[in-house]
Amino acid sequence: MNRDDIRLIPIANGTVLDHLPAGSALKILEILDLEKPEEAVTVAINTESKRSGKKDLVFIEGKELSPEETDKIGLIAAGATVNLIENSKVKKKEEIVMPDHADGLIKCMNPKCISTVENLNSKFSISKKPLKAKCFYCEKQMSESEIFNAIR
Amino acid sequence: MESKLTDVVSISDFSRKDIEAVLKEAARMEKMPLSEKAKLLEGKVVASLFFEPSTRTRLSFETAIQTLGGRVIGFSNAKVSSTKKGETLSDTITMVAGYADLIVMRHSIEGAARRAAETSSKPVLNGGDGANQHPTQTLLDLYTIQKQFGKIDGLTIGMLGDLKYGRTVHSLLYALSKFKDVKVRLIAPESLKMPNQMVEETKSTIGIKETENVNEFLPELDVLYVTRIQKERFVDEFEYEQIKNVYILGKEILKSTKKGFRVMHPLPRINEIKTDLDSTDAALYFEQAKNGVPVRQALLNMLKDVKK
Repeated sequence: MNRDDIRLIPIANGTVLDHLPAGSALKILEILDLEKPEEAVTVAINTESKRSGKKDLVFIEGKELSPEETDKIGLIAAGATVNLIENSKVKKKEEIVMPDHADGLIKCMNPKCISTVENLNSKFSISKKPLKAKCFYCEKQMSESEIFNAIR
Repeated sequence: MESKLTDVVSISDFSRKDIEAVLKEAARMEKMPLSEKAKLLEGKVVASLFFEPSTRTRLSFETAIQTLGGRVIGFSNAKVSSTKKGETLSDTITMVAGYADLIVMRHSIEGAARRAAETSSKPVLNGGDGANQHPTQTLLDLYTIQKQFGKIDGLTIGMLGDLKYGRTVHSLLYALSKFKDVKVRLIAPESLKMPNQMVEETKSTIGIKETENVNEFLPELDVLYVTRIQKERFVDEFEYEQIKNVYILGKEILKSTKKGFRVMHPLPRINEIKTDLDSTDAALYFEQAKNGVPVRQALLNMLKDVKK
């Protein structure tokens, strides 16, 4: 995020998610349970990006992401950046990486899986390129679009 | 077990070395005098928990336990277990692990064996978890092939029938991918083809070809592994009726097969293998079922002293 962008930051303290894949912002809000936020949330969809053509941005006032939330976002937006904003300045900037495991982050889509039947904390191993999640219990693999829908 | 395996849950946990260790131990079990074998599980209690009915798997496991001198506790019907009262699997398993030294189980829910292994302080042997895994079947299949041909590397193996839902062929395909120069010929109607994910995951080490026509690859096969088209997998009974008789093999197939060719089947069969094949040298399926005992003896013996 360059100096010009910082001037545009519509929050004073909180988090800016930048370089999100175009079209992912609304899912990010759902993942972060921010569909009916108490603080200010600003979303930009399909803005121009030098890096990837188009990108989404999410600005969240008064929130710092937990490691679990960062991992969830990593499943659908690896490569995005998370900027921690304090007093309208970028205090910390990190790239979001895809997690190797997604325990408790997604729900197994197999209705016959023990984790579904007994409502267990799910366990998944993640393989990249193409993105797949394999259930530790029933060994069923979920594709990228299935993971997208199963993040909880 | 020489390896670090503490349970037998899924064939995907087995390396080639692990598989070979089991096959070697099974061969040792077959040769061992009964009196010597009967001391191997002496004083041990093995729980046999069949939440879902089974004939071959349960009987061969219980035969294996008894012949090794172990005692069996358990049930063969979930209706008599406390699961019926709503107990979670982990509670049942924790309780049983307090009574038994080893746990053998079959369950209709996928991943049940993994959950049990995770919960249990004693080794768990999976006798089938829904449509997911049945590793002892795969190991006895491999043992049967190894025993018949003296090797697994380099063989050409046909798989026929319901390759979409049949867990035995799924596990066998993954297991064969750990061996060298194996060729697999997948023979199934379009609607029951091997799932693409499985072909993709194994094709780097196995030479795979697919067809609907059973005759296409017959002359090159060492083994034809036949599976039943399972009625219970079809939502639409009409679709099942249309497809159920698509492959019926009798001894006429032997006119086009090579010397040493064998037919395997995890059983039970319906009509996919005619009884006229039973009396030929090609019929390996009853021998295969029999091999369940030494293979399960081997696994029980290898896991009996495992500390988790």
